[in-house]
Amino acid sequence: MTRRGGSAPTWLSDDEFATLSAACDCMIPASEKGPGAVAAGVPHYIDGLLGAFTVEPPRIWAGGPTSGRMGGEAAFVRFHKLTALDELAWRMRIEGSLGLPEREFNGPVTGWQERYRRGLTALGEDFAGAGLDEQAVRLRSDQEFATLLYQHVCEGMYGAPEYGGNRDGVAWRAIGFAGDTQPRGWTDAEVTNP
Amino acid sequence: MTVDAVIVGSGPGGSTVADVLTAAGWTVTIVEKGRNHLLDPDDLTRPAHDFSNDEIKFHNRYFLGPDPLIEPRTFRTDEGDGDHSFVGEVNSVPSTVGGGGTHADGKVPRFMPDDFRLHSLLGPQPEADVADWPVTYDELEPYYAEVETAVGVAGTDGANPFAGPRSGPFPMQSGAAMYGATLSTAAAERLGYHPYPAPTAVNSVPYDGRPACNNCGFCAYFGCPIHAKGDPVAMLRRAMATGRAELLPETFVSRVHIDGRRSSGVDVVGPDGAERFIAARHVVLAAGAMETPRLLLLSGLDHPVIGRYLMTHFQTIVAGSLPFRTHAERGRAVTHVHDDMIVGDAASRAAAAEAGLPWIRGGMVEHSGAALPILEAKIYPWGSAHPDLMADSPIRARLWAFIMQGEDLPYAHNRLDLDPSIRDARGFPVARITYRPGRHELAACHHFGPRLADILTEMGAEWTAVTSSPGIGNASSPEAVPESRHNMGTVRMGADPATSAVDPTGRLHGLDNVFVADSSVFVTASGYGPTLTLAALASRAAHLMAGTKPVSAHPG
Repeated sequence: MTRRGGSAPTWLSDDEFATLSAACDCMIPASEKGPGAVAAGVPHYIDGLLGAFTVEPPRIWAGGPTSGRMGGEAAFVRFHKLTALDELAWRMRIEGSLGLPEREFNGPVTGWQERYRRGLTALGEDFAGAGLDEQAVRLRSDQEFATLLYQHVCEGMYGAPEYGGNRDGVAWRAIGFAGDTQPRGWTDAEVTNP
Repeated sequence: MTVDAVIVGSGPGGSTVADVLTAAGWTVTIVEKGRNHLLDPDDLTRPAHDFSNDEIKFHNRYFLGPDPLIEPRTFRTDEGDGDHSFVGEVNSVPSTVGGGGTHADGKVPRFMPDDFRLHSLLGPQPEADVADWPVTYDELEPYYAEVETAVGVAGTDGANPFAGPRSGPFPMQSGAAMYGATLSTAAAERLGYHPYPAPTAVNSVPYDGRPACNNCGFCAYFGCPIHAKGDPVAMLRRAMATGRAELLPETFVSRVHIDGRRSSGVDVVGPDGAERFIAARHVVLAAGAMETPRLLLLSGLDHPVIGRYLMTHFQTIVAGSLPFRTHAERGRAVTHVHDDMIVGDAASRAAAAEAGLPWIRGGMVEHSGAALPILEAKIYPWGSAHPDLMADSPIRARLWAFIMQGEDLPYAHNRLDLDPSIRDARGFPVARITYRPGRHELAACHHFGPRLADILTEMGAEWTAVTSSPGIGNASSPEAVPESRHNMGTVRMGADPATSAVDPTGRLHGLDNVFVADSSVFVTASGYGPTLTLAALASRAAHLMAGTKPVSAHPG
């Protein structure tokens, strides 16, 4: 398999990661306007989200107040610690309720990990090698998974790079977006008369 | 130990009460169910540094709470939907220290004098219970002035021809106008409207030890990284600086103890899940128009008005795409508004008559754009067209829009009660919202939407589109849940205990020492954001409790 521009996945298997990468590039392909989702690191964003609890603090909320890109300290990389309730919420969302009573106070919850495992498997072992049209047909055959995946693809493409995607801000540059601007901000003249 | 007052909620209402009471020498305990990202945990008189320009954190991952998996609400349009038709995020105001003040973009308009006496001025509506407030604008004006000074409101004196009289100038001048707003206000003026710089609790100059806004553009739904937004960090810091305030974050109030005409305090569940009792001479409920009635119902207070007359602004959203970039990513999110749709004209009176209504009122119209790429990307389809759409950006970089915060009338059928089956993670029944807009809201949207589109066309828009929240049509779809966070009503204020839950001072009828200090006491919704008015009412209630008078000295 190929793993363009990134390290080994932390939660997905190599095969799952290859399928995910192909699906991401199908949703946001490279063009003359900019890189595709894989080159921007989107599969790593999603793998990092699914494996958020493999590191401490979990990769849920990047720190503040500045990233360092516009001056100030590079504080986004210091992720916030979670409280017990925060952890309960995000483990429910990512891992699911897993039959644990403390996670099923309103019934069972299917987590993203299971939804990705099932969704990627359903795309087929040969998905990465299929043509773009065929990939699109298979993705559209499971709208629920495609919707979840696209939400995360968009976040990984256009969110802050500290979450693992939008490598070096490449997607922001492609669309003419400055990204986080603190502590510089914009001058009054830049606001009123750009 | 018994404190003078326990305050439930640390948003603009609770913070204002804490500020006024501690200044009067009272001891207070502020109980907040959310986390503290607002104040430095090592020195609660100083701001924290957790907020950032991070769309994932604030828009996609519930950093300010509440997380709908842990604290869901339920929704239905009427009883015909069954117990509920939706479970999840419903009109969520942040659950965090600072409450709704942390995520708001800081527009803090006063209500108009007429807003307090709609029934007398315009008369009843056939399906609603429109009533005059038991407080007038003139009575509230000194408290408006005090709160504006406390939070630091930037505005332009005399710019709004429809504004009520002021006892003094704005504490500071308005900040920089957004580029798109310079164009949309000019277009609106050419069509006869009266736009003006929005009063905002965002510093245009250094104020009260906080810096001037540097226009970073991450305002609405974000906490301010530099704390140029004054509401409610200013009041909380001042309360903490007295040494007479205690702040308990991550602590849930589960019950108000009532014995006869008095409360002895509240039961709380702490961060570790342990339950304890906080004894207090006064109990002030400031948890917002969803959580305050929920707590009253959890406490066994079942006055038939509690939970009724839920209002939230019916938003008419009109967007257009310009043939150039509008640069809405720069500035305070909304720098200009106009009020003509509240005041109305001959055409709106004719539209009301055509709809079979005695009158219609719209709301304050916000001139704004779009700035967030993830939000934009999710709207476009995936596939080969995606990169071109994002680069061309008709609904972000080239978009300009109006949001009309349409007045929502008080209907008895729009209400909050306790869901019969859904619980929060602590095991308590959650709030269930039963809500649907009435003929008035739909008629106002139908009338004013196309007129707002005309302004965008005059501005040069290539196309325009009119939508609303809640959506009009399928009552069982998720779009039936209103997007507005301007929750009001549910613990109505009035002189008559038969038709209201709190008296004109904010005290619960029949109880000597339990007060409500948030937007749940609102009698009508007006077309303005509720923050300044709820804070002014909270200030008034606190001063009446403490026997003090409002002050509006500039903090410098």
